[in-house]
Amino acid sequence: MSNETLLSVKNLEVTFNTPKGDVHAVRGVSFDLGRERLGIVGESGSGKSQTGRAILGLTAANGKITADQLQFHDVDLANLSPKQWRKVRGARISMIMQDPKYSLNPVMTIGDQIIEAYREHHKVGAKEARRRALEMLEAVKIRDPERVFNAYPHEASGGMGQRVMIAMMLIPDPELIIADEPTSALDVTVQLQVMAILDDLVRDRGMALIFISHDLQLVSSFCDRVLVMYQGHVVEELRASELHNAKHPYTKGLLNCLPKMDGDHSDLPILEREASWAEG
Amino acid sequence: MSAVTRNNRNGRKRARFTSGPTGTVLRLVFSLAITFFGLLLVTFLIGRVLPIDPVLAAVGDRAPQEVYDRVREEMGLNLPLWQQFFIYISNVLQGNFGQSVLTANPVLEDIKRVFPATLELATLATIIGVSLGIPAGVFAAVHKGKWPDHLVRIIGLAGYSMPIFWLGLMGLLIFYMKLDWVAGPGRLDSFYLDFIEPTTGLMLVDTLIEGDTDLFWNAVSHIILPASILAYFSLAYIARMTRSFMLEQLSQEYILTARVKGISETRIIWRHALGNVMVPLVTVIALSYANLLEGSVLTEIIFAWPGLGLYITNSLLNADMNAVLGGTVVVGAVFIGVNMLSDVLYRLLDPRARR
Repeated sequence: MSNETLLSVKNLEVTFNTPKGDVHAVRGVSFDLGRERLGIVGESGSGKSQTGRAILGLTAANGKITADQLQFHDVDLANLSPKQWRKVRGARISMIMQDPKYSLNPVMTIGDQIIEAYREHHKVGAKEARRRALEMLEAVKIRDPERVFNAYPHEASGGMGQRVMIAMMLIPDPELIIADEPTSALDVTVQLQVMAILDDLVRDRGMALIFISHDLQLVSSFCDRVLVMYQGHVVEELRASELHNAKHPYTKGLLNCLPKMDGDHSDLPILEREASWAEG
Repeated sequence: MSAVTRNNRNGRKRARFTSGPTGTVLRLVFSLAITFFGLLLVTFLIGRVLPIDPVLAAVGDRAPQEVYDRVREEMGLNLPLWQQFFIYISNVLQGNFGQSVLTANPVLEDIKRVFPATLELATLATIIGVSLGIPAGVFAAVHKGKWPDHLVRIIGLAGYSMPIFWLGLMGLLIFYMKLDWVAGPGRLDSFYLDFIEPTTGLMLVDTLIEGDTDLFWNAVSHIILPASILAYFSLAYIARMTRSFMLEQLSQEYILTARVKGISETRIIWRHALGNVMVPLVTVIALSYANLLEGSVLTEIIFAWPGLGLYITNSLLNADMNAVLGGTVVVGAVFIGVNMLSDVLYRLLDPRARR
């Protein structure tokens, strides 16, 4: 892990214009990211997913992104034309979506979708692209790549679909991967398996990872650093290994909600909230 | 023990019978037969329920009672209803719809003559409607709420609300009378009518088979105006449906995935989204095509187009029941056929529907 900064976010704000008035999804989020694995945790609606999307410039049409700084290497992400964005997306920053049931095109074969991701950024022939795609399917530990290559998304299981998603997003060799709840839609039994595959590949290829999840334990076991978000703010930032030393009452509250094997088995505590946390 | 084995074997055989491509075809034929039987039953019953006396229509109201009774017997109308129905079905299966009172031809021959005219018109209209309607709908969806969207909506609304006879007459007035860009009513200039041997009955095809380009262009100049006017209506419908299907697909997650991959917006719209839009759209197009194949009476009257709609209407007005029933069966069969075609296309377009 080097200290070189890959992505620098300063005072990121995302606001949605809705018929019921403006909704501030992200309010002044700042962080620096090196070649490391950063976890962002929070409840639903805490703005963690919107932070990820804003980095890729994929906020919905009624949303507005502002930031004092949104720098990725030499690229100023705050001022890109659609054409420049297409050179960044996929090729340099990519995102693993939540549920393969909805995030893969149902009428295109898996192979075509992977090849499409590769050939968008690499000028190679059809044969070479196919070879690379099959290699990539093998890399995400799919046993019969040839068959999966020709299959349609509905013919793959959830775990397999998510491995296909990983293959598709990693094949152009991006520098930064944003994984937005990559295992939330999966069976508990395959969650760790898929996470391990993603972790291996990200390590091997020296990619940076932003891992967005509501699962504190999962995040702390796969990340170096954790940002805890609450109502659009980062309330605490700490090393994953020091999670138990969390100072902020919200983080402590989240940790207390986790059931423990030993210890007492009475009711789990309810998360207490204070309005002041959302101001900080 | 052996009985169990035999049972198993039978079970396997049955499973093989109903699955795989042969099974699909068999199931299709079966459902087709059932639908067609229902169609015949309904047309038969309608024919018997209508307060029209086919005997009277044949012998006239001055015929003496014994003539009336004899003809009634010859027509089989004294038999019980189920026997009549049985005879009707076996006749229809042999292609015998009876004699038309109005034209004195067998009904089947009449239909063979008028249906190609409607088929030609409906097909051309659908081709025009689809090739303009889909891009218009996509265009509107992509620019939702902006001027292209409003433009497509206004054009579509106008297409929906203008009466077709008025549009047809205005078309003739402007493009035929004033500008002389197109030919007038009919399928060919009357001067050419005897030159052409009806091989398929489709003017555009027949003239090409004979290699007569003059005749071909004459047929084109005759068909283009009624086809465009019919196309306008299917265009309005197709564009509106395309727009709403497109908006639905563009908000799906896989579109966001494609954007994450850095795919161009053009490819996202025309490959990813439209590929999914085509699935429900096939049904819409098929229905609008089937509606046109029924024959559009008003258009056929205004353009003196000797098609199915005109034929059925004329027969109905003259109480020519055999012709009406025959025409209805053909229209029904066309609907069944087009629906089947759209089912097959649906399966081709959507891998989830393949089994």
